[in-house]
Amino acid sequence: MKKLLTSSRIALRALQVNRTRSALTMLGIIIGVAAVIAMVGVGSGATERIQAQIQSIGSNLIIVLPGSISSNGVRLGSGGVATLTTDDAKAIADECPSVALTAPTVRGGVQVVYGSNNWATVVQGVTPDYMTLRDYTMLSGQFFTTQDVDASAKVAVLGETVAENLFGANDPTGQVVIIKNVPFTVSGVLTPKGQSPTGQDQDDVILLPISTATQKVLGVNKANAKAIGALMVQAINPQSIDQAIQEMEALLRERHRILPGLDDDFSVRNLTEVFAAQESSAQVMAVLLGAIASVSLIVGGIGIMNIMLVSVTERTREIGLRLAVGAKRRDILSQFLVEAVTLSLAGGLIGILLGVTTSFAISYFAQWSTDIGVLAVAVSFLFSALVGVFFGYYPARTAAFLNPIEALRYE
Amino acid sequence: MAAIINVHNLVKDFRLGEVPVHVLKGISFAIERGDFVAIMGPSGSGKSTLMNILGCLDIPTSGSYTLDGISVGQLESDELAEIRSHKIGFVFQQFNLLARTSAVENVELPLLYTDTPAADRRARAHKALLAVGLSARADHQPSQLSGGQQQRVAIARALVNDPGIILADEPTGALDSRMGLEIMAIFQQLNRDKGITLIVVTHDPEIAGYALRTLHFKDGRLQQDERVEHPRDAAADLRALPEEVAS
Repeated sequence: MKKLLTSSRIALRALQVNRTRSALTMLGIIIGVAAVIAMVGVGSGATERIQAQIQSIGSNLIIVLPGSISSNGVRLGSGGVATLTTDDAKAIADECPSVALTAPTVRGGVQVVYGSNNWATVVQGVTPDYMTLRDYTMLSGQFFTTQDVDASAKVAVLGETVAENLFGANDPTGQVVIIKNVPFTVSGVLTPKGQSPTGQDQDDVILLPISTATQKVLGVNKANAKAIGALMVQAINPQSIDQAIQEMEALLRERHRILPGLDDDFSVRNLTEVFAAQESSAQVMAVLLGAIASVSLIVGGIGIMNIMLVSVTERTREIGLRLAVGAKRRDILSQFLVEAVTLSLAGGLIGILLGVTTSFAISYFAQWSTDIGVLAVAVSFLFSALVGVFFGYYPARTAAFLNPIEALRYE
Repeated sequence: MAAIINVHNLVKDFRLGEVPVHVLKGISFAIERGDFVAIMGPSGSGKSTLMNILGCLDIPTSGSYTLDGISVGQLESDELAEIRSHKIGFVFQQFNLLARTSAVENVELPLLYTDTPAADRRARAHKALLAVGLSARADHQPSQLSGGQQQRVAIARALVNDPGIILADEPTGALDSRMGLEIMAIFQQLNRDKGITLIVVTHDPEIAGYALRTLHFKDGRLQQDERVEHPRDAAADLRALPEEVAS
């Protein structure tokens, strides 16, 4: 232990004497470690953001949209025709075993007024199941109930953006807002969800009972009073999403009396699948960035080995002298090993600082979210120490096994 | 006086490719404790090889070498390092001081490889510098010192472990005659006052004239072993030199 202390002191002294060279040697490790930390930070930040957005949508979700039918050769786009009804929603919930919940929705743009304030937003008519399905929680007040839906009650739940624009800092619960000349009592405010994966503000919304929305606000569809805009479906678990889709498609084709060979008059989208693809591409990016940065760490290590080898050659006489005045081989070995490890550890520490700073700079200037993991920091610090030992050992061994006579005579 | 160095039938061969070269061809001599020996001979005479063996930097091919009662014959490199560390001080022609390192730190160097506590190291280094008259320059780096001063730092470094023997290989070879005299004066003083055994390799007969005994080598054999009749006094010769303008 005392021996190690002494060789550390000798090594530190030697590094101090060759300040410029020490700094240049460290540069490789500094850049390597900083790159690893910043790149892994950017990568996992992106992954984390996508995960959060997927969480905000709700889990195991499938969306069923009405539309796309051919009428006398004219094909209408998705949602163009009211082919999906509240009865379909009920049938799916009752008859498909892989489906946990269904939530029929209608939506439309409205102007909402409170006192002297008004705000353009989106009204969605939903049922209480929608709250469970989208994992909503309440910031204040309460969601409306099934009774409210049955009674077409004039109650509204506000998204946070709407609440803020109409009421400022005040709590809207119990207040009355006017939508299309109809007064609605605000029953609560939703906890904000932020942006959706597609970049929409999910809090700029007003939720009404679906019955009230169709009858009082958006107007009843002339062709079908029970028509809905979209149906959100939650599968019982992630594995049964595909099963649920098959069950729904079969049920809907049967209920809509579509003959084999003809197109569906609805379309089904597996949201989880779309976002999972996004997430996995972000993860691939993160791994790639980390891998590229690791290469620079290894290059930094080779840099240390290079300089240490040059340093051994340059200091041949010094090594010869140390051997002559009584240094043992292991003294020389540990001196040069400690030099290499000190360089790589100091470089690692500076690199961590630089990497963290860079990550903050990236998230500040480029508005990318970054995530500095304790693990990434610990691993790159440990790795830089290993780099020091690994790439320092060969030059140190070379130094320790010099012949003192030849080393002393070296010009 | 007991012999501190006892060499018997010492042989050293080197291999140059396929051809063995016999550098030392059976050398025998003894050196008493407290002696001052000059080793002389033309280049190729084997005197450097002999010095390396005497300094425990190399081992003989055959024959025996006893240093202070220890048979050094076929020791391992770490055991040789231990002996060098405690019994021998080296002085080289090219000083071999560490650059950008102060005089006192240079002197401390051999102590780093012993069990000397850190606090004692500095004190002993200062004491050794005092012995060669360089206390005032303890914090100077080699580049700020003259050749003679650098060699004195090197002597202090050789002294710091209190060795019984100092081996000097052409210690005045890189110095002018005044500085050379200064070095020889220090050697004579160390030999006289501290009883340190001195072995100096030189090709300069004038330098050899300050020793008490000379060994002449030629072609790997000891050719002549003689006592110096009237050793010169380096300090007196130094005083006799005409004053120089402040060096």
